[in-house]
Formats: sequence, C-alpha cells, structure tokens
Amino acid sequence: MKSILAIAEHRRGVLRPISLEVIAAAQDVKQAGDKLIVAVIGEQADSFVSDLSVAGVDEIIVVKTACAEFDPEIHEAVLTSLMDSLDPSLVLLPHSVDSLGFVATLARKGNYGFATDVFAMKYDGDALVATRAGYNEKVHVELDFPGKDCVLLTLRSSVFKAVEEAGSPTVSIRDMSDLGSRSRNLEFIEPAGADDVDITGVDFIMSIGRGIAEEANVEQFRELAEMAGATLCCSRPIADSGWLPKSRQVGQSGKVVGSCKLYVAMGISGSIQHMAGMKHVPNIVAVNTDPNASIFTIAQYGIVGDIFEIEEELRSYLE
Amino acid sequence: MKILVAVKEVAALDEDFEIRDDRLDVDEDFLLYDLNEWDDFSLEEAMQIKESADIDVEVVVVSVGPDRVEESLRKCLAKGADRAIRVWDDAMEGSDAVTIGRMLAAVVEKEKPDMVFAGVQSSDNADAATGISLAAQLNWPHAAVVAGLEYQPGSSTAKATRELEGGLSQQVEVGCPAVLTIQLGINSPRYASLRGIKQAAAKPIEEWSLDQLGMTTDEVGSAAALAHVRRMYIPEKGMATMIGGTPAEQAAKLAEIIKEFRGE
Ligand SMILES: Cc1cc2nc3c(=O)[nH]c(=O)nc-3n(C[C@H](O)[C@H](O)[C@H](O)COP(=O)(O)OP(=O)(O)OC[C@H]3O[C@@H](n4cnc5c(N)ncnc54)[C@H](O)[C@@H]3O)c2cc1C
Ligand SMILES: Nc1ncnc2c1ncn2[C@@H]1O[C@H](COP(=O)(O)O)[C@@H](O)[C@H]1O
Repeated sequence: MKSILAIAEHRRGVLRPISLEVIAAAQDVKQAGDKLIVAVIGEQADSFVSDLSVAGVDEIIVVKTACAEFDPEIHEAVLTSLMDSLDPSLVLLPHSVDSLGFVATLARKGNYGFATDVFAMKYDGDALVATRAGYNEKVHVELDFPGKDCVLLTLRSSVFKAVEEAGSPTVSIRDMSDLGSRSRNLEFIEPAGADDVDITGVDFIMSIGRGIAEEANVEQFRELAEMAGATLCCSRPIADSGWLPKSRQVGQSGKVVGSCKLYVAMGISGSIQHMAGMKHVPNIVAVNTDPNASIFTIAQYGIVGDIFEIEEELRSYLE
Repeated sequence: MKILVAVKEVAALDEDFEIRDDRLDVDEDFLLYDLNEWDDFSLEEAMQIKESADIDVEVVVVSVGPDRVEESLRKCLAKGADRAIRVWDDAMEGSDAVTIGRMLAAVVEKEKPDMVFAGVQSSDNADAATGISLAAQLNWPHAAVVAGLEYQPGSSTAKATRELEGGLSQQVEVGCPAVLTIQLGINSPRYASLRGIKQAAAKPIEEWSLDQLGMTTDEVGSAAALAHVRRMYIPEKGMATMIGGTPAEQAAKLAEIIKEFRGE
C-alpha cells in the first residue's frame, strides 16, 4: 500500500479550485489499496475541510500554522514534516504561483523525483510516467523517475477535471503554529480597475501578440478590431510594454474572457499562461507565421500567414 | 555590495524542426539560441538598483553552459553588467534545474553577493525551479514571481510584490540576502548601446570549472537529474481546420467567420 499526498491551496479564505483538480489527478493514478491524503495548511485551514471532503479522499490533514496565507518557508517546513511522517510515494501540488515559491526547495533537499507543470500521469508497470511540455509547448516530453521512492509533481491547471462528488474522509489536525519564517506577508493589492471596458464580459475579441512587433502597429489593429466589431485585447508582452492597458491582457495573470464566443488571435504563440485566459472560447481563429505555433492546437481555424497581410486584406472585406 | 544575476541561454525551435533518432530531444541543428526573456528583466532590475544607489554596486552575471553561452553573457556585459562568469564542464550536459541551482549556489558561496536574481522561468523548458532550488541550497530567504521590488543595497530586508493569479498581487517583506525570481514586466529592459557593445567585446568572461565549484562529475549531468527523459514527441495538432490559399482567400474566409458570428 502506498500513500499519495495531495496539497490543497487557498487564498483569502477561499479554496482555490485547482485543489480539486489535483485531487482528481491523484484519483486517476491511485491504485487499489493506495491511500489518498489531502493536506491543507494555514491558520484557518480547518475551514476548508468540507470543501475538500470529496469522493476518493481517505484522509484530510489540517495543518494549523501561525500564518493565514501562503508563506514559502512555513509551507516548506510543513511539507518536510508531513513527508517524513507519511512517507508518500507520490506528492501532487498545483503548478501555481505559490508552488513556484517553495516546491523546488523540497525536491532539492529530499532528492525526490521531480517535475513541474505536468499535465498527464500514468503507471507503466511500477514506473510512474509524467508528461510535460518543452520548447515553448511545441513538444511533449515523457519523464520517469528511476530509483526514486518518492516523486514530487506540480500539475497544470484546467487539465484534470475537478471531483465534485462528496466523500467522507477522516480528518486529523496537526498543530505547527510554532514555525517561523524570514518573510512576512504585508498586503494584497487588487488589480487596477478596467480603464474602459471589462473584457471578461465581451463576446467577440481580436487579440494581438508580439507578432505585431512595434507599438506603431497597434493603431491599425485597433481600427481593424473596430471595423470587425471586436474588442481589442492582447497577450502579456503588449501590456508589459504599455502598448495596451493591463486591463486588456488575456491570461493567467490578466483576465479570463469568460463571455467570449469568438477570439481572433493575431501573432500570439499560445503560451500556457495566455491560453489559461481563452482556451475555453468555443470559436478561436489563430493567425501565425509559424505552422507549429501551439495556439493552433486549441484553435478551431488556423491561418498560417502574416498578420499584416491578413489585416490589409481583411479590411477590404469588412469595409 | 554585489548583486548576482543568473542568466540562461534558451533554445527556440526552427520552423521545421525534427526530433532526434533516439527520440530524447530535438535535433540540435534546429535550435536557435538566445538569452532567456526573463533574464533581460532581472538584469535590468539589478542595473537600476546599481544606478540609483549611493554606494558602489557590482552586478555579476553567471551562466552555466558551453562556449556558445558567451554570446548571451556578452549581451549582458553590453547592457552594463560589471563581470560575467561562465560555468562549464562537459559532464554538466543534461543537468536539470535543481542541479543547476546547486552549481549556482556554489558560485554564490564564493562570490558572496548581497542579493541574487533569477528569472521566474525559462522560455524553452519552463521548469520554473532553478532560482528557488538555488535558494534551498543556500538556505536563503526567497520569493518567486516578483513583479515589483523596493530594495536599498545592503539593507536587511526587501519589499517584494509577488504577482499572483488573476492580476492580484501580494506584497511581502523578505529577509536579505535573498534569492528572488523576477517576473516579466517588472521594468522596461534597456537596449545595449553601441559603446556598451564595443566595451563588452573587450571584457573577459571568467570561466569556472567543476573543481572550482567543489563538485564532482557524478553530482552533475543527466545521471544526477531528478527526472529522466523517456521520450520526446510532437503533439497532435488538435482539431484546427487550416485555412489555406492566398492571404486574400484566407482573409475572405476569416471575414465570413466574423460576419456569420455577427449574424450577417
Ligand atoms: C507566472 C506567469 C504569468 C503569465 N501571465 C500571462 C498572461 O496573463 N497572459 C499572457 O499572454 N502571457 C502571460 N505570461 C507570459 C507567457 O509565458 C508568454 O511569454 C506570452 O504569452 C507570450 O506572448 P506572445 O504569444 O504574444 O509572444 P511570443 O511567444 O513571442 O509569440 C509571438 C508569435 O507571433 C508570431 N509572429 C511573429 N511575427 C508574425 C507575423 N508578422 N504574422 C503572424 N505571426 C507572427 C510568432 O511566430 C510567434 O508565435 C505569463 C508568464 C508567467 C511566467
Ligand atoms: N544554465 C543556467 N545558467 C544560469 N542560470 C540559469 C540556468 N538555467 C536556469 N537558470 C536561471 O533560472 C531561470 C529559469 O528557470 P528554469 O525555468 O527553472 O530554468 C533563468 O531565468 C535563470 O535565472
């Protein structure tokens, strides 16, 4: 019998939905007799017990710490202690900003098998096989972990389907409120308000990426979007450069365009962080000079071509 | 006072790339190398701290990699880094992020900087693990995905703004010396000046061997890695219908999709 340890994540008193996706992934690889343990860490960690009591979870460990929110050093110390006492063969965590802040320290110190941003797992005999992407999403890589008794993986969001069915795990509480940290949380800062439009509420978006090359080229796409009746949005580099306001950035650290029905991506490669904001859109058309751009893996229609040529031609049809 | 910036030369794929016969990686002929995008931002952050400080700040860039990495290091020198260190031994080929973190830690132990920057992730493999495993090896305070920084050189704390999901940020105070992983957009990276490029060409790049790190061949390379590549493959393209033809024909079809959506 092996134990699988899944780590839940929360922020400002709310369980982050990826926690249930991580549990789902654990269930997928769980074999008969394996025990699935979910740990949740924080000052009020017990408040998440009912949300985490889903089918397939055998035990929830509530770890009470002195810190309400994520702290890298406290998380690291808690995980080290849990792994020592539970001796899991597999530890699954979200591939999230919080994880980016501490998981590698565990891998380094424990010399565990380790991979980040994994989106598929399976067993081949006794060997765990994890799949992740490489070269900016253009290839997939299958990894295994020979000689490792414990493997630590962070999992990509929106891949594993969250478990909803209720369960009745046992619950135990550990007090680790004596752990300290050399960091201190000060405050959360809300994103700046939308300047003009709320892009989460619009149904037709034309979005520009680094393919537009220069700030001077933004204007012609603004006009084109207007002619088409679309809201102009962008990938991160465009917002970072200040060419469009941050409120028009689509993606993980920008907005999820929940109401969008048609998304025309112009010169956007399709990084996982960009796709996090738009891959759910039912109709995606991508224009890119690179036939291997990963945006084509989620688009309904693909145009291998130059956005400036398409822009010019498209104008004449929309005029 | 010293800031150490870890920089990586990343590989992008040529349009018609091929996987190697052993199916473990892409054929090297199809790789195009460049400095990791994130490292432009962390070098800029170090330069801005240097330029606004009233004490002397030395900016040292370090990269683990073979000869070709010199080009990226020269780019950093051209933008104003004071010194560049290249760490290499053929045995390091195939090292994973955690091992590279360990090598970088060995450099930090000798260089004794007051602050270390790494990029959040690399644009090729996106392990997003090197900087934080470096912090683990040093047992230094650390923060990841830093998109804003208030730091006075020599100070015992820094105020870092971590960029979280959905545009939310969190301000944290971190004990120093620290390792911070720097996020895109924290600043506007400069271009190298012609003068900078000329000066960089004349600057030496220090070369460090495995011995100098105090590490042995069995501690590096693919054998020491925490994961082992079984197979690399090109994913299926999904369901996209490709619209062919001339740009005019492609645009006509796109116009049709738009008009249909508008109910025309
Ligand atoms: C924690 C974190 C959060 C992030 N959050 C976000 C986010 O919210 N949103 C986001 O977008 N990114 C985000 N990123 C950044 C992300 O990783 C990518 O760097 C970014 O999405 C790349 O933007 P891009 O596709 O416009 O640029 P690139 O990846 O540079 O792609 C440009 C594309 O344009 C094509 N192209 C070039 N010229 C032409 C032409 N003339 N015609 C047609 N095509 C052309 C190229 O082939 C290429 O595919 C985040 C990263 C991290 C680490
Ligand atoms: N070979 C290397 N030499 C120096 N720094 C590196 C190297 N590989 C990764 N890094 C650092 O780690 C960051 C990327 O993290 P990762 O995605 O883990 O490779 C880069 O921006 C660098 O700061």
